[in-house]
Amino acid sequence: MRSDATRRHFLMSGLAAGAALTVAPPARALTTPEATALIDQVVADINAVINSGRSEARMLQEFERIFVRYSDVPIIARSALGVAARSASPAQLSAFTTAFRGYISRKYGRRFREFIGGSLKVEQARPYKNFHEVKTTAYLRGEAPIEVIFLVSDRSGRDLFFNVFIEGVNMLASERTEIGAMLDQRQGDLDRLIADLQRAG
Amino acid sequence: MRVALVIRRPAWFPCAQSVIDDVFFPVRTHGVRHSRYSILAVAGMVALAACTPHDGTNEFNDPYEARNRAVHDFNKDVDRGIVRPLASGYGRAVPGPLREGIGNFAGNLSLPGKMANSLLQLRPGDAVENGVRFLVNTTIGIGGLFDPATRMGAPEVETDFGETLHVWGFPEGAYVELPFLGPSTERDTVGLIVDMALDPLGSALGPDERWIGRGTSVGAGLNKRFTYSGTIDEVLYDSADSYAQLRIGYLQKRRHELGRDAMPDYFDPYDDPYATPYADAYATPLEATDAQ
Repeated sequence: MRSDATRRHFLMSGLAAGAALTVAPPARALTTPEATALIDQVVADINAVINSGRSEARMLQEFERIFVRYSDVPIIARSALGVAARSASPAQLSAFTTAFRGYISRKYGRRFREFIGGSLKVEQARPYKNFHEVKTTAYLRGEAPIEVIFLVSDRSGRDLFFNVFIEGVNMLASERTEIGAMLDQRQGDLDRLIADLQRAG
Repeated sequence: MRVALVIRRPAWFPCAQSVIDDVFFPVRTHGVRHSRYSILAVAGMVALAACTPHDGTNEFNDPYEARNRAVHDFNKDVDRGIVRPLASGYGRAVPGPLREGIGNFAGNLSLPGKMANSLLQLRPGDAVENGVRFLVNTTIGIGGLFDPATRMGAPEVETDFGETLHVWGFPEGAYVELPFLGPSTERDTVGLIVDMALDPLGSALGPDERWIGRGTSVGAGLNKRFTYSGTIDEVLYDSADSYAQLRIGYLQKRRHELGRDAMPDYFDPYDDPYATPYADAYATPLEATDAQ
């Protein structure tokens, strides 16, 4: 829990960092306030959507947009593909990333649906190796609060989250399992997987 | 006091039987039921000692995979044919506030068992929190139908005998999928059996009250199935390998619960060994797809 004054400070430094990012080279290390600022923004956007009272279909579109805007989709896609990424051609990898982006944002957009009517709150951030862990709590109606953790990195050149943990269950590990199983079902045929992924999720 | 002494003994297997007898069953009101469970529990504990230790956060130990998969298919049939339609009917027929009240009531009845487990884990603070919760919700919350304690700053501390075994140093054991009950581990299966035997409130109540307790917990379970139907259906019916998804989901969630606030061993995809040939995800081929 943080006071409003500190929250403003985080937001301000986040804004300052955002401004600096446009001129500074990406080699500079991500700081905890910057990681917090990104997730503050993500959380603000999600809260705006889940309390907007829009139709569910419309909310799903908004969630997709949030996902694409604030997460590092290429790294999530490559990690989900795992070993198969090694033998894929650059064109296949590129097509896979595009297909995966739609699939993952539809799927996790739907998962955020459970938060409708509730709210998300940023709790604390701490550095871990060369990225940051930002803890948030989802307060849902009639349910015990749920812990949602975002991992944030600037290794892409921008501050983006690359993994989400909902009550300890993480997206990268689940998607690696899922994409691996889908690939097995298609006898390792990556092109078929890409085609099917465009409809999945 | 006696509990603490027993736990501190390094070679404590010989003590398992006395822990069960002295701590869980000081008053033998239902001797037959209890002794049967305690024999099962001890047998389980002995079996656990043979389990391989396991600490990885994303790894799993699944030597019974073939059998587990058969049970998984059975559980999916049970869900499709019975649980899901029942939960959907319950969710639509019973108004939300009433479902919530039934869930609160069932949760409240589980608190004495959780307090006992917290004490066995030498976590008196947790036991006190659930104790305060139990008093507040049973009185002000009208027998546990309402949950004023959470608003007053005493949310439920989730725990069970599986966690107690973890605190005592027992390894997780192999992954198992139990018929009707779903994903578990060897350690959590033993915990489940002990918790059923432990149930201090159930032992204090008469048979009629116990049926009310069981009825409301079925209601609470159906409400969970209804509330989280989106995520549950997605895992069970929309994933390419629902068994593998459930396994990784359960193990991650459980290890997260048991690890409390410990920093997990996070995987860094930017250092992914599989990704080395394409170390720069933003190299030319992907640039076009990344542009928004």
